[in-house]
Amino acid sequence: MNKTYNNRAWLMVLPVVILVAFSAVIPLMTVVNYSVQDTFGNNEFYWVGLEWYTEILNSPRFHDALLRQFFFTGVILSIEIPLGIFVALHMPKKGAWASVCLVLMALPLLIPWNVVGTIWQIFGRIDIGLLGATMEAIGVDYNYTQNITDAWLTVVVMDVWHWTSLVALLCYAGLQSIPDAYFQAAKIDGASRWAVFRYIELPKMHRVLLIAFLLRFMDSFMIYTEPFVVTGGGPGNSTTLLSLDLVKMAIGQFDLGPAAAFSIVYFLIILLMSWIFYTAMTNYDKGEQQ
Amino acid sequence: MAEIHLKNLAHSYLPHPAGSADYALKKIDHVWEDGKAYALLGPSGCGKSTLLNIISGLLIPSEGQVLFDGKDVSRLPTEQRHIAQVFQFPVVYDTMTVYDNLAFPLRNRGHDEDVIATRVKDIAQMLELTPDLKKKARGLTADAKQKISLGRGLVRQSVAAILFDEPLTVIDPHLKWMLRMQLKALHKQLNRTMIYVTHDQTEALTFADKVVVMYDGDVVQMGTPQELFERPAHTFVGYFIGSPGMNVLPAHVDGAQAYVEGCNVALGRGYPGISGSNVEIGVRPEFTHLTSGREGLPVTIKRIEDIGRMKIVRADFFGREVNITVPDGQPIPLDANRIVFDPSRINIYCDGWIVNGEAA
Repeated sequence: MNKTYNNRAWLMVLPVVILVAFSAVIPLMTVVNYSVQDTFGNNEFYWVGLEWYTEILNSPRFHDALLRQFFFTGVILSIEIPLGIFVALHMPKKGAWASVCLVLMALPLLIPWNVVGTIWQIFGRIDIGLLGATMEAIGVDYNYTQNITDAWLTVVVMDVWHWTSLVALLCYAGLQSIPDAYFQAAKIDGASRWAVFRYIELPKMHRVLLIAFLLRFMDSFMIYTEPFVVTGGGPGNSTTLLSLDLVKMAIGQFDLGPAAAFSIVYFLIILLMSWIFYTAMTNYDKGEQQ
Repeated sequence: MAEIHLKNLAHSYLPHPAGSADYALKKIDHVWEDGKAYALLGPSGCGKSTLLNIISGLLIPSEGQVLFDGKDVSRLPTEQRHIAQVFQFPVVYDTMTVYDNLAFPLRNRGHDEDVIATRVKDIAQMLELTPDLKKKARGLTADAKQKISLGRGLVRQSVAAILFDEPLTVIDPHLKWMLRMQLKALHKQLNRTMIYVTHDQTEALTFADKVVVMYDGDVVQMGTPQELFERPAHTFVGYFIGSPGMNVLPAHVDGAQAYVEGCNVALGRGYPGISGSNVEIGVRPEFTHLTSGREGLPVTIKRIEDIGRMKIVRADFFGREVNITVPDGQPIPLDANRIVFDPSRINIYCDGWIVNGEAA
């Protein structure tokens, strides 16, 4: 095929370039700019090179937050993915109940993040919250503002409540797209319920599962609003996840340089992890085809 | 292997069917012989898939029974019926190899691995799948996948009947023919009862010993391909089988004579006492001939289609289309303006159904 070269075609790309520049490149570069400089106010900046990066990467505070973050993401992924699949498998496939289920499942997803946080913050309060007061009444020692385990439990349960629906809905869509003939063939072949799941449903769902996994990974790794509203990162620093820590550093202490370096490292970690998951899963996909 | 008896079978998807229009499958009573190949032929929505699902056990009939070798299986679940089914779209277990796919039904039934290995190898050989055994099933072509579906049915020695639900729909035309030949050869070799659902008459006629023609929930005729061609029991069968379909013209019949639009047609048999407004004569295009002169029905030739082995003449008879086929090499008279029928090939229909005459 003969290609026509016309440099004016670049003009066509210009709107996108401008849009991306203002929405992503320029803000990101501002952060990069802060991360290699120091300031003592008055808008005077000094070049410090990679000093902030070394500091952040060697700071126990960052390590702890990162560890908590991985722990949190690991826990909610290992609950939400299997639970989402389980829920999707048990949702009615057709009829009026299917619609009712879909609406009910979608509800948590429609609630704004800070409202979710507020709901659980009040729900768990031992003086007026339904959950907290009930626990108190039946004699369970539960107090998310003072007990680390309780705080973690509350944040994890809240996230599971908020986001399992997303996984379930994605899986449900994946399940609905399997032609009936597969299930009929499995019946004829005498397959057990487990075999139907293992050899038909799971393989047919693996694409939507990849999407669900990536979305939940990225979202949970960036979680801020809900734990901020419920625990504020406490008690102590026990539920201070990466983003909470970052905001404390940037806005609470106004350490622009370290916070900027923190942001860049944070961003690179998410990018790297997403890339690893994505390649691992698509490679698995390719391997399957041979 | 089994003889299949459909005893007073009927099915409606409605809980309280009122009239016959509510039935997806109207009452039938048939015995299908062991080891024969049957084709269920009919247009979409005629009830052939309903019937197939009743036989396979995916659907429980609302009335009547299905007997396999005299044993009532109407309410048995699919997996206990010893049937195999090949679906319209190839069903393979994506993550498994071809070998595992074929072994799956046996493993589910707890057979020994060495028994499975011999069985799978035999079947793979029969279906010419041996070179692909180690490959993942999902990378294969549609026709190979259909063979795997079939193979999963064949590995089970106890299979009473193999059901095919339009299995060649997604197969490339040049492979369709090959696969059909293979199926036919397999049927000869295995001697198992096979039931084949299709809306393609060529498929049905080449595959089956007996073709069951269905129309609007009813079995209108069950017979050999030849019977369907020569004596369609219903005008629908006449239209549906054969290409082009049978010529059907409203007529008035008196004894061994029919009058079509006032023209006299001699019949091979006598039909005394036939009356009613809805009498028709049906003649296949193959037994309709063009002539010129005074005898026969006057027609105007509209167009001639040359399809290679024969020519199809589309003609107009008082506003009705009449088709005549002329074998290749035979000339079409230029002044042809009339048609005549082979008297012995004329069928008489009353309200759509064939009427048997008496020897004249």
